[in-house]
Amino acid sequence: MSKKIIATTSLAGCFGCHMSILDIDERILDLIELVEFNKSPVDDIKTFTKQVDIGIIEGGCCNSENVEVLKSFRDNCDILISLGECAIMGGLPAMRNGIPIEECIHEAYINGPTVKLNEEKILPNDAELPMLLDNVYPCHEIVKIDYFLPGCPPRADLIWDALVALITGNEMDLPYEVVKFD
Amino acid sequence: MKEKIESILNKYNNDPSRLMDILLDIMENSGYVDEFSISVIAESLNISVAQVKETISFYHFFSEKPRAKYNIFLNNSITSCLRGFKEVKEAFETEAGTSFGNLTEDGLIGLYETSCIGMNDQGPAAIINDKIFTNLTPYRARKIINDIKAGKKLEELVYENHGDGNNAHPLMNTMVYNHIRKKSILLDENYEKFDVIKNELKNISPQELIQTIEDSNLRGRGGAGFPTGLKWKFGSRMPGEHRVIICNADEGEPGTFKDRVMLTQFNDLVFEGMVLAAYATKADIGVLYLRYEYKYMLNYLNSVLDNMRKENLLGEDISGIEGFKFDIRIQLGAGAYVCGEESALIESMEGKRGEPRDKPPFPVEKGYMDYPTIVNNVETLASAVKIAKNGAKWYNSFGTKDSLGTKLLSVSGDCRFPGIYEVEWGTSIREVLEMAGAHNVQAVQVGGPSGTLVNVKDIDNLSKTELMKWYKPSGMMTAQTAFDRKLSYSDLPTGGSIIIFNKDRDILREVVMNFMDFFIEESCGSCSTCRNLPRIMKEKLEKIINGHGVRDDIDDLLNWGKIIKLSRCGLGQTAANPILSSILNFRHLYEDHVMAMTDYDNQFDIVKSVSPANSFVGRKFIHNHS
Repeated sequence: MSKKIIATTSLAGCFGCHMSILDIDERILDLIELVEFNKSPVDDIKTFTKQVDIGIIEGGCCNSENVEVLKSFRDNCDILISLGECAIMGGLPAMRNGIPIEECIHEAYINGPTVKLNEEKILPNDAELPMLLDNVYPCHEIVKIDYFLPGCPPRADLIWDALVALITGNEMDLPYEVVKFD
Repeated sequence: MKEKIESILNKYNNDPSRLMDILLDIMENSGYVDEFSISVIAESLNISVAQVKETISFYHFFSEKPRAKYNIFLNNSITSCLRGFKEVKEAFETEAGTSFGNLTEDGLIGLYETSCIGMNDQGPAAIINDKIFTNLTPYRARKIINDIKAGKKLEELVYENHGDGNNAHPLMNTMVYNHIRKKSILLDENYEKFDVIKNELKNISPQELIQTIEDSNLRGRGGAGFPTGLKWKFGSRMPGEHRVIICNADEGEPGTFKDRVMLTQFNDLVFEGMVLAAYATKADIGVLYLRYEYKYMLNYLNSVLDNMRKENLLGEDISGIEGFKFDIRIQLGAGAYVCGEESALIESMEGKRGEPRDKPPFPVEKGYMDYPTIVNNVETLASAVKIAKNGAKWYNSFGTKDSLGTKLLSVSGDCRFPGIYEVEWGTSIREVLEMAGAHNVQAVQVGGPSGTLVNVKDIDNLSKTELMKWYKPSGMMTAQTAFDRKLSYSDLPTGGSIIIFNKDRDILREVVMNFMDFFIEESCGSCSTCRNLPRIMKEKLEKIINGHGVRDDIDDLLNWGKIIKLSRCGLGQTAANPILSSILNFRHLYEDHVMAMTDYDNQFDIVKSVSPANSFVGRKFIHNHS
């Protein structure tokens, strides 16, 4: 059996879900036997170099770059997994969804208590910067997502079990404690 | 102002459990409940301001904002829509010069939409200052507004003096018609009023009465179908300082209006049934919970109770039976569908938000004020009188082997003769359609929005016994055949509502969307499942109707429909039924709308999505991304 290829990314997330991936501890050695990583912060490959079997997405979409990356994952991966609360529901970043975007920008760059060095009141608008979306979107509202692994972050065992199930083609054991809403 | 409020509070002995009545009186007096009144109420009843406000905000007919001199509540239920709701609404708006949800600038006219008001056989109907206006047309709507503007009194707005039967009684005096189309044992007018209390009760023991009801196999006619005799037996055995009989007259399921007719024409049977239930269970407190929409009956029903007291049919030593003490008061609701659920109804009677309770304990153990409480439907109680009079064996000669007796059907929608039909259990829908003069039928909604949308193609295949199961409330989850599987969704509280749709109707756009709006509006908000799922399922349905749906969307709807079963009460559990049942029986309508060649459509538009932030920071969208 050829090794399955995995890609991962963190969009509007905190990298906590990636930490949880690393929390599979020494089993990562077993994992390396089963899979190879392509585009991922784990190996720092920046762009897809081949078609990938499983794409793992942490975080939702808050800007145009997130959307672009997510779409490239959909184009390059056979299976996409939303990993964790932010990818599935928008999570903490989505708390801004009830607030007008103008207010958010104003708070971040002009009014916020931590803003010290913006006397010219510049609002970032360089063409190189990603563009903010009106809302923070969960991934499945942008592209089709095949599987959802809940948690904040999802437990390492859950990630491990899901990957093993996907790679071996066996059904996954999902006891209540694993999928309960927190 | 303060004196007025205090006199109202004194009338109810500053009893917080009578908060509903206090608020109703203040609404009638001032048109709304302002901050000052709320603070006086909270202080006098020794409850928090938030407790007063949470009750006010729960009910449609309470308001913290001023309402108009003339408040028009136009019914937006499906039968109303079939008969020109939209045009009538537009006529009201144009003529009044304001939109629904608002008052005119001079505060003369307020326009509001409201859920089913129990007038499906004569809609579109509206409630104007507690008076019912039926069969509205755009012409009538304009006339009413012009008459109000011309300074006419409420009584002068009426364009027909009164309906038939007791609707013409001076204390009722409403233009509502009974529309009784088929009578059987319950609606038979040849009987002597209060005969059982006067002549039979003294000869039988409470146990014998309960036994008779048990032998008759009478089951709750509100829809849940619990055996009435068993309920009485449980109630009679529960220890308690008092016991309570509640008659549930809060029929709010769109398409149901049988209780309206029972209370108009056969209220003596209903009250007599309550007295029998009290005798059987040794209850001393009786309450008729009357939905606010039927307030026009209040004075009349109270006069019936007064006469009963005069004749010693209520009060102490009723009908000469020593120690038999029982009286009935009428509790008015204030507009909330969920209060038809018995534990929500009890909460409401205690002056609280009508949110269903966790069970157990069941009301029969701990109900109103924690006393053992028996909640029976209007029709159930009236049927009990007939059974007590004529015996269980007689009653068992009607209906079919599994379901005995008769059932009142409220028939409305696309048919020539909407109204009340008393049929024996086992009558087929096809027969009902013939009786009602329905032609060109596409679908029949059985059991209201929480029930089942039956495809007319299936009706032809139904045998009598199978039809009976449409109303049979429980025990259908294990059914085996493909056809029976549909029936599992009709495991629901239904009052026998039948709404007919002809072939010109757009089932998804007109019917299912209307029903979903109803559930979204009427959720009590307690469980997240019933609060949120109907809303997001409706959005999904809109996506499908608008041509953006994919096959997975239909599966999503079916899967989400399973989750809603986790809601606390039957009303929440069935809130997705309009969608689930239409997918089951009209799947082709969904499949016609979804895109066959696409498996994903998100409707996400990046240009639109980034434009607010871009324009704020002074930046143009440049398509530099792939």
